[in-house]
Amino acid sequence: MNFIALKMLFGDRAKFIGIVVGLTFASLLITQQSAIFAGIMTRTFSFLLDVGLPDIWVVDPRVKYIDDIKPLDDDAYLQVRGVEGVQWAVPLYKGSLAVRTKDGTYQSCTVVGLDDETLMGGPAMMVSGDLSYLRRSGAVIVDQTGAEGKLAHLLPGGKSIPLKVGAEIEINENEAVVVGICKVSQTFQNVPVIYMTYSAATLFSPGQRLLLSFVCVKAKPGQDLHSLCQRIERATGLRAYTRNEFKVLTFLYYLEYTGMPINFLTAVALGFLVGIAISGQTFYNFTLDNLRYFGTLKAMGASNRMLLRMILLQAMVVGGIGYGLGVGAATVWGMYMGAHTQLAFRLPWHLLVVSAVAVLVICLSSAALSIRKVMKLEPAVVFRS
Amino acid sequence: MSETLPKKVENSKIAVHCEGVSKTFGAGNAAVHALRGVDLDVRTGELLMLVGPSGCGKTTLISVIAGVLRRDGGDCTIFGQDYKLMTEDGITSFRGLNIGFVFQAFNLIPSLTTAENVATPLIINGMKPKPAVSKARDMLIQVGFDERMMRSFPSDLSGGQQQRVAIARALVHGPRFIVCDEPTSALDGETGLKVMELLRRLGCVEDRALVVVTHDSRIYKFADRIAAMEDGRITEVVDSASQLKVLSEQTI
Repeated sequence: MNFIALKMLFGDRAKFIGIVVGLTFASLLITQQSAIFAGIMTRTFSFLLDVGLPDIWVVDPRVKYIDDIKPLDDDAYLQVRGVEGVQWAVPLYKGSLAVRTKDGTYQSCTVVGLDDETLMGGPAMMVSGDLSYLRRSGAVIVDQTGAEGKLAHLLPGGKSIPLKVGAEIEINENEAVVVGICKVSQTFQNVPVIYMTYSAATLFSPGQRLLLSFVCVKAKPGQDLHSLCQRIERATGLRAYTRNEFKVLTFLYYLEYTGMPINFLTAVALGFLVGIAISGQTFYNFTLDNLRYFGTLKAMGASNRMLLRMILLQAMVVGGIGYGLGVGAATVWGMYMGAHTQLAFRLPWHLLVVSAVAVLVICLSSAALSIRKVMKLEPAVVFRS
Repeated sequence: MSETLPKKVENSKIAVHCEGVSKTFGAGNAAVHALRGVDLDVRTGELLMLVGPSGCGKTTLISVIAGVLRRDGGDCTIFGQDYKLMTEDGITSFRGLNIGFVFQAFNLIPSLTTAENVATPLIINGMKPKPAVSKARDMLIQVGFDERMMRSFPSDLSGGQQQRVAIARALVHGPRFIVCDEPTSALDGETGLKVMELLRRLGCVEDRALVVVTHDSRIYKFADRIAAMEDGRITEVVDSASQLKVLSEQTI
């Protein structure tokens, strides 16, 4: 019967295309919007991913997410070092400073101040220069996207010259020299990232009394991270998060306090509803058009089970094709836009499953109406002209 | 009601036996008594025509006999089997193996080729598509189709050709009982006669019974017997050759 089911499906080309287009559009919209949402949400904690070594992040108890900087006492990291189970603890500065480019424009940048001794928290991938050059006076490392984009020297004709090693920039009216270009993950704010030593950061920063943003902690081997967090909190009165906890905290903050989830969920729901509306309606019409033939098959001895399998097969085939085309189109679009723009697009396998389940639900809902109609069909209908 | 059996079938087995069969649609004041105690026997090897005015219950009766509609009362057996004693799946399976259908509107699936349409009953009965289509081709040769026509779709065929395909589809799996609902009403006179000749030639074999519901008096000559219906009852069963004229004037 699969043979007949598929022939019937492909035979009605207009409806087949209509159903597939509806499902493709639904799949495309669901996958694309989910992937953009995932991309943006990943950017909210991308700094945590880039600074991979610490097991624990110690912050002010009022901090709600990673960019919610509430400076700590300058000696807080010394207190943390004294806690049992801590292998090392280093200070880390994260803030926002204005950078004046060669053409005179000001650009807000994220500045990361690394522990002078260890340079812990520095970029994992250098494009040019070396991390150790940061120890030179007034040295900074700039991220590649920023160097080629917002910090590039804009010429009158519209062309721009990327910032290179050896270039001079002005940070808070202090001269700095670019000693390296690095690669970092895109951040939520999408501003250039500049690395320098912690002591340089204190020089470049405006007259703030407290500068320490985080204490990054590495636990001794075999330590239970949650117990260590509790010990740090007891000893310092600060809040200690494992990396994953801090990631989740940041993720949940953006989820709760921004309109992003609603916006993206609306788009995803729209895709789902469009899928149901277009494909469901067309599939149902396809079944109605073929009701006479389903009745004929029933009269000729096809059981309800056979007809059920036929309709499910038809629904699964259009679902599979629509899903494949939709996900494929979303992936190609995401790859293209990701390569040519700053678009946040992340498509982990979980999203492919979510999209597949959504398309499956659309197909089954569409098929359910048709199945109901065919199951209730009296074979005697075939004698009505 | 008197019943005379043509010589050809007087020693044949009873294929269908109906006694007091009744069927009502709806209830209360809106109830329509489509069958009011129908008594009828159909024998193997015979072609019985069921005639009567519109709404007299012909189609309801063949629906009950073919097992596509449940009767309300009376007895009805087909080759000794009573649908009332079968499960729904059992009836469906019985229909698939034992009954062939020819419809007024042909009911050929438009997206299947001629050969694939004819192969449908075989596929329903579990045969793989390839051998089923191959067997269907043999059947189509018997109804006068060539290779090109076998590959064509129903929309490419004339009404007469489509009905020939429908006949091939009704016969391909070797059913023991064939029901034809107004097989010539969508065809012109000459084509209708050719279709009936074909049905008679291929369909009327020793172990098979045919019931043809028709309004078309031009095809009565193909019947072994004619059963006239009126108001849900069989009023007369006559030998076609001897009483055809009387019947056509009085009943139709």
